[in-house]
Amino acid sequence: MREDRKRLVRQFLRRPTAVLGLVLVLGLLCGGLLAPWIAPHDPNERFVSEQAPSLEHWFGTDELGRDLFSGVLHGARVTLLIGVISVGIALSAGLVLGSLSAWLGGKVDLVLQRVVDVMMSFPSILLAILIVAVTDRPSLGMAMVAVGIVGIPTYTRLVRAVVLQQREQDYVVAAQALGASTPRILGLGILPNITAPVMVQATLGFATAILEAAGLSFLGLGAQPPTKEWGLMVKAGWDTWATSPWIITFPGACIFVAVLSLNLFGDGLRDVLDPRQRQR
Amino acid sequence: MWTYCLRRLLLAVPTLIGVSLVAFVLVALSPGDPALAVLGDHYTPDEYAAERARQGLDQPLPVRYLRWGGLVLQGDLGVSSKTKRPVTEELGRRWTATAELALSALLLASLVGLVAGVTSSTRKGTLVDQATMAGSLVGVSLPIFWLAGILLVIVTRVDPSWPTSFRMPSRLVDFQPITGFYLIDTLLSGRTELFPVALRHLLLPAVALGTIPMAIISRMTRSSMLESMGQDYVRTARAKGLARRVVHYRHALRNALIPVVTVIGLQFGALLGGAIITEQIFSWPGLGNWILEGVQFRDQNVIQAGVLTIACGFVFINLAVDLLYVLIDPRIRHS
Repeated sequence: MREDRKRLVRQFLRRPTAVLGLVLVLGLLCGGLLAPWIAPHDPNERFVSEQAPSLEHWFGTDELGRDLFSGVLHGARVTLLIGVISVGIALSAGLVLGSLSAWLGGKVDLVLQRVVDVMMSFPSILLAILIVAVTDRPSLGMAMVAVGIVGIPTYTRLVRAVVLQQREQDYVVAAQALGASTPRILGLGILPNITAPVMVQATLGFATAILEAAGLSFLGLGAQPPTKEWGLMVKAGWDTWATSPWIITFPGACIFVAVLSLNLFGDGLRDVLDPRQRQR
Repeated sequence: MWTYCLRRLLLAVPTLIGVSLVAFVLVALSPGDPALAVLGDHYTPDEYAAERARQGLDQPLPVRYLRWGGLVLQGDLGVSSKTKRPVTEELGRRWTATAELALSALLLASLVGLVAGVTSSTRKGTLVDQATMAGSLVGVSLPIFWLAGILLVIVTRVDPSWPTSFRMPSRLVDFQPITGFYLIDTLLSGRTELFPVALRHLLLPAVALGTIPMAIISRMTRSSMLESMGQDYVRTARAKGLARRVVHYRHALRNALIPVVTVIGLQFGALLGGAIITEQIFSWPGLGNWILEGVQFRDQNVIQAGVLTIACGFVFINLAVDLLYVLIDPRIRHS
């Protein structure tokens, strides 16, 4: 087991793009977690507005004179929160629904898969907008829930497919013959064997969640001021893009780098953990 | 083959019902009152109650859904609370604007994506291949709104007169709306001098919207081409002594295009979603912008009409792609 793990780590480290992705993800993690201590200024402290990048303000200041670098660092915390909550919702619901669909089969499977079909018939951002529109006032919390719900069909489909493969395996048949309960077989038997593809999907899904939540905030349907969310920060600087382009450049670049690094890391994980899914 | 097509068509029916159900329920639960859309600002409580009863708003949700579904099937999508005009009037203008934008973006994405993917696969491992793959990875990671912002900054620095919003200045739209696509209508109406104006307005939104599909199509084309080039029939073609170009384009590419066509079709569906953000940025008067206005003004009928149109479009495109797949792949046709 330990040898296997070492082999996987070695394989992962042999891929420069995957390592670059991991380093950037760790950077995002550190930036987000340590933001209150490493940010040079309070993100809401006001200086002269729309200052270009300088030694004092590395990324310049925004339309209200707030230090953009400090804002972007605090935004990393919000981005991490969005990813964790949204993927958490989608993953947990997907695990339960996908397992039930595969294990019970029959009418349950048929109904669940039709529901998934319907949810997948909406462009994800449109469904997220609809879910947010149900509430009276858009908020970051609602945006995270909406992005999470929109992600459920993907995980349900994936989990159903891998559980269907696993349920035919000898160890599952043996566990059933020994009289193990369904939750025990699913939780202790099958779940550990499907972590690889689910983990890969969760990493790539983290990137999608960040993009979607930033899109919602940009449209005014996600985080609200003064929350430091990157999509909202781009939106705030939108009216001054012609005169102060740095206000949209830096928060947007952070979204791009975060998504790119998660994609690189996820692709690397997939190559190592799930070689059948690998694309050339 | 016909059985497959029929089965696929029948399967789309429950999906369409489900889509209409989601669109209806979510919007019905959202804030806003369709009765006020008709009454305006001045009404008595009795008038209000009568209007709610007339629209069936005092009925339980399932009854309201059936009533709404019946009206939708007759082409009645209600009245907009903002404009007080039938929603279908505006829908006609809006969907052609979105279709023109999405189709242009798809055309651009397909052309560039295919060329990049084929070039990359025929030069596997070279700098060109690595650059194309890096470019496609960058493409799928870009937030549309940020890309649009950067494009706006760059283009307006180079040419400050470049249009950054709308389909065309309204004073110029005096030609006959034949197809609803400005690029085509300017030509059909003989107003060729307006064609470049429409094209300039369309170019930036189309590039912003088409970048992500472009990256996906180029990745898929490369992957599919590499798979084709590893097949026996390609080895045989090479062994026959055929020229490299003939082997690549006449043998490998033809087969590699089958999954790529599917991806292109599916991207068109995804573009309808992406268009929401792009339309907002470029003030493009399409469905996405309309839905957002509906959300802002709590105009339930507008949201329902816009969402239903996009979601049904999505379902029909997926259906068309599935059927197209059968037509272009003889292995499925004969199975």
